[in-house]
Amino acid sequence: MDNERITPVDLPEPRYEYGADDHVFVELAEEMSFTANFKAMAITQQVAERDIDGVVENCPANASYMLRIDPEIIHPDDLIAELKEIESEIDLENYDWETRIIDVPVLFEDPWTHETLMEFRERHQDPDGTDLEYSAELNGFDGVESFIDAFVGAPHLVTMVGFVPGLPWCFQMVPRNQQLEVPKYVEPRTDTPSRAVGFGGAFSVIYPVQGAGGYQLYGRTPIEVLDTEQTLPDFRDSMVFPNPGDILNYRRIDREEYDAIREEVEAGTYEYNYENVSFSPEEFFESPAEYNEQLMEVLE
Amino acid sequence: MIEIEEGGIASTVQDLGRTGHYHIGMPPSGAMDRYAHTVANYLVGNDADAATVEMTYQGITATFRDDAVIAVTGADMSPSLNGEPIDTWATVAVDAGDELELAFATEGARAYLAVAGGIDVAEVMDSRSTYTLVGIGGHEGRGLEEGDRLSIGDAPAERRELVGTRIDNEDVPDYADEDTVRIVLGLMSHRLTDEAKETLCDSEWTVSPEADRVGYRLEGPDLEFEEREQPFGAGTDPSNVVDLGYPLGSIQVPQKPIVLMQDAVTGGGYATVGTVISADRGLLAQRQTHKTVTFESVDVDEAIDARRDQNARLEEIRADIEGEE
Repeated sequence: MDNERITPVDLPEPRYEYGADDHVFVELAEEMSFTANFKAMAITQQVAERDIDGVVENCPANASYMLRIDPEIIHPDDLIAELKEIESEIDLENYDWETRIIDVPVLFEDPWTHETLMEFRERHQDPDGTDLEYSAELNGFDGVESFIDAFVGAPHLVTMVGFVPGLPWCFQMVPRNQQLEVPKYVEPRTDTPSRAVGFGGAFSVIYPVQGAGGYQLYGRTPIEVLDTEQTLPDFRDSMVFPNPGDILNYRRIDREEYDAIREEVEAGTYEYNYENVSFSPEEFFESPAEYNEQLMEVLE
Repeated sequence: MIEIEEGGIASTVQDLGRTGHYHIGMPPSGAMDRYAHTVANYLVGNDADAATVEMTYQGITATFRDDAVIAVTGADMSPSLNGEPIDTWATVAVDAGDELELAFATEGARAYLAVAGGIDVAEVMDSRSTYTLVGIGGHEGRGLEEGDRLSIGDAPAERRELVGTRIDNEDVPDYADEDTVRIVLGLMSHRLTDEAKETLCDSEWTVSPEADRVGYRLEGPDLEFEEREQPFGAGTDPSNVVDLGYPLGSIQVPQKPIVLMQDAVTGGGYATVGTVISADRGLLAQRQTHKTVTFESVDVDEAIDARRDQNARLEEIRADIEGEE
């Protein structure tokens, strides 16, 4: 694997916007980059630490963030002034954060997502192929196998959680020229199996529950990202497992392992394979491939 | 205890919603019309955050197994007790064995039933609100059905003294006339053409049949986006943006506008172009399918004033009711 470094991006001036009287939305960049995401995370962490009176929701997103407020406690303009101050003080070079590296087993080309994607073929750019065949060709791979190799070849950073509870948006931890990119379905599907692993724009996702969706479908994980009953041991504190800033390592598994893990999940005994690590954006930018390898070692 | 005989179309237990979990994709849920929900609670001596039953278009039929003090507010569903019509926006006494029946909404879309002591279901993340998509909160995380039994929280006997209270007529909204909803333009509105921004505020929008607790899809003219080379990660359609957080009440434009409501999807990749102000979200929630709405653009300070006015009005209503106790 080559050791190309990631060049931090020069971000434009943030755009501060009102979401009516009770939200402030801040766009850090129109395009996705690690720099924009790390900045969103650093600022929202600062907002949480300052425990600003009147802030009721604090939501980092891919290249932006949003706060919900009680404007009778804090005027949006006063909050924006404080956010500008925080923004000017953020120094990503000296920023580390505690995160988790998580093993996410995936059965690619599984029968369930295959059935769904065949059912909605007329809504897809390529009615004659599969989502994986389409994505492989579009990204210049010679076949599905080598595309999957690239997909699992480097970990994916959770850059946002939302849409529905527990759905992680993930950005693969590689330089821009190695990033995969695919359009969403021409028309969204009305159905997607729960735990489907999909890809759209430059983001991989795991669908927590069955429902509508427009991302290309590649496989299915036997593990849950949402457990409303909180029966699984790793869900004791929260019904959602992934958090912004987590690092997911998608791992290719076969049907036998899928079934075995699924059995443990259904019995309520499955424990996630993850480790706490300290993440340094600066070291990651300097040598992503090497840094990723170091991160992965903790899972072994 | 209340025994449900008919659940209506979509009746759920709601309070003022759960906060602090939007960043993991958990919308607040909670009453769609906060004003009507709160007045119903005040009429029976509850705090604003007590759980009520929110009914959509068609109300419930239910038998009370205990004496109770109730109030029905919001959409007019012609409530009756043992076949006799009862006042709405008023405090009413119910005896054990009485049957409460609500019909189809003649005006407005959502009615609220408050009971002194509140609907007593278990809290999930500090709220009793139902969020049906993942099946949490309220009664078993779902809409009410025949045979469901709802417990009522404890309430002091003095609540009976509130019976007969009715709020002033001027404080009762006339849902049939409320067709203007105020918005603050912004978020990603620069993605729309100037013409489309005008069209958004100048047009009559019709509430489509796809209008529920997640979002209100509106029918009307096409809204065009400025052409551009799509930024990396956004996706290919001009309406696509790098996935971002959606404010409650925000108007997203996949093709036709969708206004996000209390069970909103918390984020996604469609451009949002403005946000319905918090004071008017309840009015939109009361617009029936096929009725029209018009958006009036206001600035953020007008939006904050409208919120203050609504809260001050609710506080006056509460104080008046307390004075009658």
